[in-house]
Amino acid sequence: MREIPASKIVEAVAEMCVKANTVLPDDVRTKFEQAMAEEESPAAREVLRQLLENADISRDTKLPLCQDCGLAVFYVEVGEEVVVDGPGLKEAINEGVRKGYGEGYLRKSACDPLSRKNTGDGTPAVIHFDVVPGERLKIAYMAKGGGSENMSRVTMLAPAQGWEGIKKFVVQRVAEAGPNPCPPTIIGIGIGGTFDHSARIAKKALIRKLDDTHPDPEIAAMEQELEAELNKLGIGPMGLGGKTTVLGVKIAVEPCHIASLPLAVNVQCHSQRHEEVEL
Amino acid sequence: MAEHKLNTPLTDEDIVKLKAGDVVFLSGTIYSARDAAHKKLVELLDAGKDLPFELQGASIYYVGPSPAPPGRPIGAAGPTTSYRMDTYAPRLHSLGLKATIGKGKRSDEVKEAMKEHKAVYFGATGGAGALLSNSIVASEVIAFEELGPEAVRAMKVKDFPLLVINDAFGGELYAKPALDT
Repeated sequence: MREIPASKIVEAVAEMCVKANTVLPDDVRTKFEQAMAEEESPAAREVLRQLLENADISRDTKLPLCQDCGLAVFYVEVGEEVVVDGPGLKEAINEGVRKGYGEGYLRKSACDPLSRKNTGDGTPAVIHFDVVPGERLKIAYMAKGGGSENMSRVTMLAPAQGWEGIKKFVVQRVAEAGPNPCPPTIIGIGIGGTFDHSARIAKKALIRKLDDTHPDPEIAAMEQELEAELNKLGIGPMGLGGKTTVLGVKIAVEPCHIASLPLAVNVQCHSQRHEEVEL
Repeated sequence: MAEHKLNTPLTDEDIVKLKAGDVVFLSGTIYSARDAAHKKLVELLDAGKDLPFELQGASIYYVGPSPAPPGRPIGAAGPTTSYRMDTYAPRLHSLGLKATIGKGKRSDEVKEAMKEHKAVYFGATGGAGALLSNSIVASEVIAFEELGPEAVRAMKVKDFPLLVINDAFGGELYAKPALDT
């Protein structure tokens, strides 16, 4: 058995929350620069210029990249032989969120869905646990903004609709969302699983690097096809028109029931903030 | 597309000069209000009470800033998505609200209200919260402090960079998605 002190997890989580919210990842920055080189419209170029300047200011001043510092979402791979002392793993992660969002001057955006009363400290985090063999503990954090989340959808297609039906739904969704989710967006797509699981894998796909390639060549080709199709919509940066409507499409596929074709589209704004740590 | 430097409060003369696509650098005082604050503002109106700020000529910024770190007037402060305030905006425009600042599409009702009451909708760059914070020189909570990030703030801005998305003549800047259907 391997014992990990809760305090170590608290520190690591707090640090990830602050870093992700203040340092734009290199892969996103590179995409902004590429988009800037390709865009011809002055309005689209000005948006991208502002986003690059924003990233510089954020890095230098530690002001968050975006005032919406998101709901804290975690993907945890915990080894079967790991024991967390103290209050346990889940509480340690939540305590890390309290600390990071508090000390980092991040906005606390969690509230009761009906009374709308803010919980005041950014918790509870949304945590997905995966139990793996061994002594490993890997924690990935994502700051998930509300504006883009609101543009996300889950649908249950008929199996006969297939890939064509999937493409049609995704293109319609991105078109209808238009300028609302802060394009250029990243589109996480979950195909298969159950109603709930499709949404979970769609979101998890968003923690992939923008410049990676899906290991399955067929899925990689589907991602490229959909990305090209979405960029033909002409929505452009902040909806002002242009070639860059999406920065990437990330697809996750899981087996599903013979009667179903679950499809989830999780929209992520251009401010893609995530970090991971292995303890 | 023209460029304008404007000061608050905005007048009808200011508004009719603006066309969708124009760049505006706004200075003066603007008021932050988003979902929860709008609900409370409308409750005050329903009860026949005064609002915490003068609506005539006012500009409302749809924003919930992050907390101000030491030595700064405010944290990151970019726009939130505007459609969630669409149910409230026509009534506020009818009472003199001249501009709203946010991101994303507005409803037909809001666009009609802007035509009828001479008002505009400005877009600020979403996700540029740190950059936009640099144009806010002072900020003070003036109502609903219990709402935390959603409290109403009077924000003093200097050359706040905006784009006219919807003007008072039905003009709109947003690109229409190119769908085959």
